[in-house]
Amino acid sequence: MVIGMGVVTYLPRWLPLLFLSKRTLPHRIKEWLELIPVAILSALLVPELITTGAPRHLDLLRPEVAVAVPTILVAVKTRSLGGTVLAGMALYWLLDLC
Amino acid sequence: MMFNTERKFNASCSVLADAIRAAWPVCIAYLPIGLAFGVLAQKAGLTPFEIGLMSVLVFAGSAQFIAVSMISSQAGVIPVILTTFMVNLRHFLMSSSMALYLGRIGSGKLSLLAYGITDESFAVNMSRFYGGNWDADRSLGVNHIANLAWVISTVIGGYFGRLIPAGAFGMDYAMIAMFISLLVLQIRGRVFLVTAIISGGLAVMLSLIIPGNFYIVAASISAAVIGTLLRKRS
Repeated sequence: MVIGMGVVTYLPRWLPLLFLSKRTLPHRIKEWLELIPVAILSALLVPELITTGAPRHLDLLRPEVAVAVPTILVAVKTRSLGGTVLAGMALYWLLDLC
Repeated sequence: MMFNTERKFNASCSVLADAIRAAWPVCIAYLPIGLAFGVLAQKAGLTPFEIGLMSVLVFAGSAQFIAVSMISSQAGVIPVILTTFMVNLRHFLMSSSMALYLGRIGSGKLSLLAYGITDESFAVNMSRFYGGNWDADRSLGVNHIANLAWVISTVIGGYFGRLIPAGAFGMDYAMIAMFISLLVLQIRGRVFLVTAIISGGLAVMLSLIIPGNFYIVAASISAAVIGTLLRKRS
């Protein structure tokens, strides 16, 4: 089973790299692919942040949301991944202790 | 000859140093999740060896969590594999997007690079590719370091996870903070910001309606299409 899981995980990661990297893609496709990272990150992050439970429901009053505001500011100001991660953790921890 | 090998050695050192500088936040974020996964997997009846094996062969956090919860509820082999496939389809998009930056690289190296594409390593590598001064070797370094951190933390979780208090040091927030930062780093102009907002909004709406995680792929594809159309207009 684990091997099967490995194969089906690997294939979608592998095939596009193999087939697309040596090809010149049409301009529109390139533009679309350029927007994919930002779109995926947002689609991963925002529901994780403001919804909770199963089935999911909106919850804007979670401590995660409150900490997100200063964390975003740190990210914009410093543009440092490590710094933002540490700041977010510290803020969340502080809020938890309060 | 000696001079040459020495130079080669120095070059690999600088590749490794760059990769470590880029990858350490990913390792911090993987630690609590890996530990949590280890605890859960151990409760589901997996041995530390099996946990390590799954982390090496699959290397996909969310898929592994879902698989373990399915194993605990006695799901069959085929449903687990199918679900893993569905959960990881988003990497198809990531791999396609990354291909733009990997021109003339041998298939062997590409295949190795593909193994390490996760949400986190992908985003870190892409933000470096935009900055220039980044290449396949450095991406490979990031992927391998992240992979190592994942395997080690899941196995440790399997052994000792229950001894670590939940929520220590705000560890549970590491992943969210990392995604916030990565998202901010990706926004390189108005169309990127608009795409992010549309994608986030769509993802929230879809996640409330459809069960499972299909909302990730659906929202990102649609938002990127809308973004591309908007870019053509302006």
